[in-house]
Amino acid sequence: MKAAITLAAALCGTPAFAGWEPTKPVEIVVAAGAGGASDQMARMMQAAIQKNNLMKQPIVVSLKGGASGAEALMYMKSSEGDPNKVLIAYSLIYMLPLSAKIPFNWRELTPVSVIALDQFVLWDNSAGPKTVKEFVAAAKAASAPFKMGGTGSKREDHVLTVFLEQKTGAKFSYLPYKSGGEAATQLVGNHTESNVNNPSENLEVWRAGQVRPLCVFDKERISYTSKVTDTQSWADIPTCKEEGVDVQYLMLRAMFLPGKVTAEQQAFFVELFHKVTQTAEYKDYMEKQALKPIFLTGKDMVQFLEEDDAVNKSLMTEAGFVAK
Amino acid sequence: MEAFGLLLHGFAVLLTWKTLALMMVGLVLGIFVGVLPGLGGPNGVAILLPLTFTMDPTSAIVMLSCIYWGALFGGAITSILFNIPGEAWSVATTFDGYPMAQQGRAAEALTAAFTSSFIGSLVAVLLITFLAPMISSFALKFGPPEFFAVYLLTFCSFVGLGREAKHKTVISMSLGLLLAGVGMDTVSGQLRMTFGSAELLRGINFLVAVIGLFGISEILLTMEERLALRGHAASISLRVVLSVWKDLPKYWVTLLRSSFIGCWLGITPGGAIAASFMGYNLAKRFSKNPESFGKGRIEGVFAPETAAHASGTAALLPMLALGIPGSGTAAILLGGLMVWGLNPGPLLFVEHKDFVWGLIASMYLGNVVGLVLVLTTVPIFASILRVPFAAVAPMIVVSCAIGAYAIQNAMFDIWLMLGFGVVGYVFKKIGIPLAPFTLALVLGNRAEDAFRLSMIGAGGDLKVFWSNGLVGSITTLAIVLLFWPVIDGLLVRVGLTQGSKSS
Repeated sequence: MKAAITLAAALCGTPAFAGWEPTKPVEIVVAAGAGGASDQMARMMQAAIQKNNLMKQPIVVSLKGGASGAEALMYMKSSEGDPNKVLIAYSLIYMLPLSAKIPFNWRELTPVSVIALDQFVLWDNSAGPKTVKEFVAAAKAASAPFKMGGTGSKREDHVLTVFLEQKTGAKFSYLPYKSGGEAATQLVGNHTESNVNNPSENLEVWRAGQVRPLCVFDKERISYTSKVTDTQSWADIPTCKEEGVDVQYLMLRAMFLPGKVTAEQQAFFVELFHKVTQTAEYKDYMEKQALKPIFLTGKDMVQFLEEDDAVNKSLMTEAGFVAK
Repeated sequence: MEAFGLLLHGFAVLLTWKTLALMMVGLVLGIFVGVLPGLGGPNGVAILLPLTFTMDPTSAIVMLSCIYWGALFGGAITSILFNIPGEAWSVATTFDGYPMAQQGRAAEALTAAFTSSFIGSLVAVLLITFLAPMISSFALKFGPPEFFAVYLLTFCSFVGLGREAKHKTVISMSLGLLLAGVGMDTVSGQLRMTFGSAELLRGINFLVAVIGLFGISEILLTMEERLALRGHAASISLRVVLSVWKDLPKYWVTLLRSSFIGCWLGITPGGAIAASFMGYNLAKRFSKNPESFGKGRIEGVFAPETAAHASGTAALLPMLALGIPGSGTAAILLGGLMVWGLNPGPLLFVEHKDFVWGLIASMYLGNVVGLVLVLTTVPIFASILRVPFAAVAPMIVVSCAIGAYAIQNAMFDIWLMLGFGVVGYVFKKIGIPLAPFTLALVLGNRAEDAFRLSMIGAGGDLKVFWSNGLVGSITTLAIVLLFWPVIDGLLVRVGLTQGSKSS
């Protein structure tokens, strides 16, 4: 990690810390609606930066969730050379250009750091089936296909639904809502039978006993063992593979600056977000929302992004979501 | 009366000089940002949000919610004085508020707007206080078919109850629906009608359109007619306030009806915008003298403002209990809560009692203090109209442009605003109503999504809109309203034939 920072500093030939600092308020650009996982994370970082005085300038969160997040991507693309905007990105940076032919390529932005990996969990209503096996059996036996709620069309949630269909043989009607929060409420209100929300999006309704986590789409269980509900912790949720449904997906949470910023400006934000990952706010948030902590910058980050891009591309192609 | 005890506890938390002072500051700031057209509500609250980071949670929330109330009050000011609605729900206030201001009755209109805002919010806060748990579970009953039924009801009430020629309403609404389709389609994940332009990707922002359609087109019309803003005769003493209040009891039916509509639509997540339009339309429908609406009738200010604020306040409930904000401003407020680790959800009411009841108590106090504050500003704002048009017009245009730009930081939006200004001017010249257009622009997308989600869920079976009592009765009501003129005619005819037989 240190090495990466020194590397970034070495690239521009000057010591990173003596260099540039923002002169205007810094904007965290959120490519999703209010209350979604990205928004919550941006608010956490806003609070962590301001409460720990990590930066002199104030930091604001701006919601650019229009056009399923494409608004934020185009906004970053058109802000070339502006070091006061930082995007909190997730897998839409790979998927939107494929599914909707948005003229955007993440390589045009300046990578800062990968700050977390987010999980996906299969949830159903707490009045519904209790295990993955019962759930799949009920979905197959149902006269009309089970309704699966999710965020957006031809994106992470939709891809997971398609793979769930392929692995189990059950059929689902996928309902694309505008946000994970909406997908959560619709599941509680019994308008859908299930969703594949991120932990943070369903956390509150799980704690209220309104939904049930069936399995997590990762190769290992979530590591956090402190109780979330009266009886269960994140670590108590089995992996989908354990339950006989081998589908895995992790989503990056990464920070990007617009293209054509200087190496000094990039180095400032690498350092800033590195400090953020050391704060109590960040650590607490990771545990509460069941995210995997990670910190990648420089070459490591680019390599990670290239590999992740390839994985997402093949998933999207296999699901048939790539626009011709 | 557990709720009552908790509420008193909430008041006890709030009644300190420090919190009261913060309240005043929040309200003044809120009114200030509400008054700047376009910049209003969401942007203003977003800018002021970081101010609260250094405070303790309760003070921060009180301050934030007072900014929210201030912005709600402030939004009506520009609607009335300059025909420029600051938020979606201020649009209907312009219909009669602006003509009143032109007739030199700006002070009266402002007083009416503020007073009815207060009444609407109060009814909604009472509802939140005593029925919160029931309401949250009601909101959960809304799935895609129910949402679509509510939107359909709003559209149908416009066509069926409007006084304008039906074909013109339909033309206007269809154009709005067409433009609402620009941008990303959530259901298919594809782009529509963007013609390869990155600017159109975002879709057409409702506020940009409204600033142009109402604000800019009004400037164009006034220029053409060589009219000064006719405010010089405005009586600007505080006595106006009392005279409006004296007449208030006459309008109790309107106030009650609008409060009810507002609360009902407000607790429907995302339904708040439709409330002011529906409040206005129903007041017009049930009026003995519907022709006078749109020409500066005080009831035409009472009805939408009461409904808008009842819904604006009631909309905080789904936000707190379900995490779904009912308006742009509420969305920013939601962000403010999350900074404090107060995640909206069913447990917020259980785990953060102090906070929730402090907030509810601040709704009461904020509204009362806010009303007093805005009423004292009525003479100041009303006197703006005394400034010569030549001096005010450029300032309005500039602040419209700033507002349009600030929404998405896009230069393109300023051109769009000017374009809509011309469209609005032409519409007014050829007598096409603007309201159905704006309504369709703001609700079109949601209505479409709700309809298509219902169809996916039901496998394309239209019977889903009559699948339970709730959705069935809303859909039926919508269709009745759509064909109301025909039904009304039939009833009259039946009535007449019976009458002739018996005689």
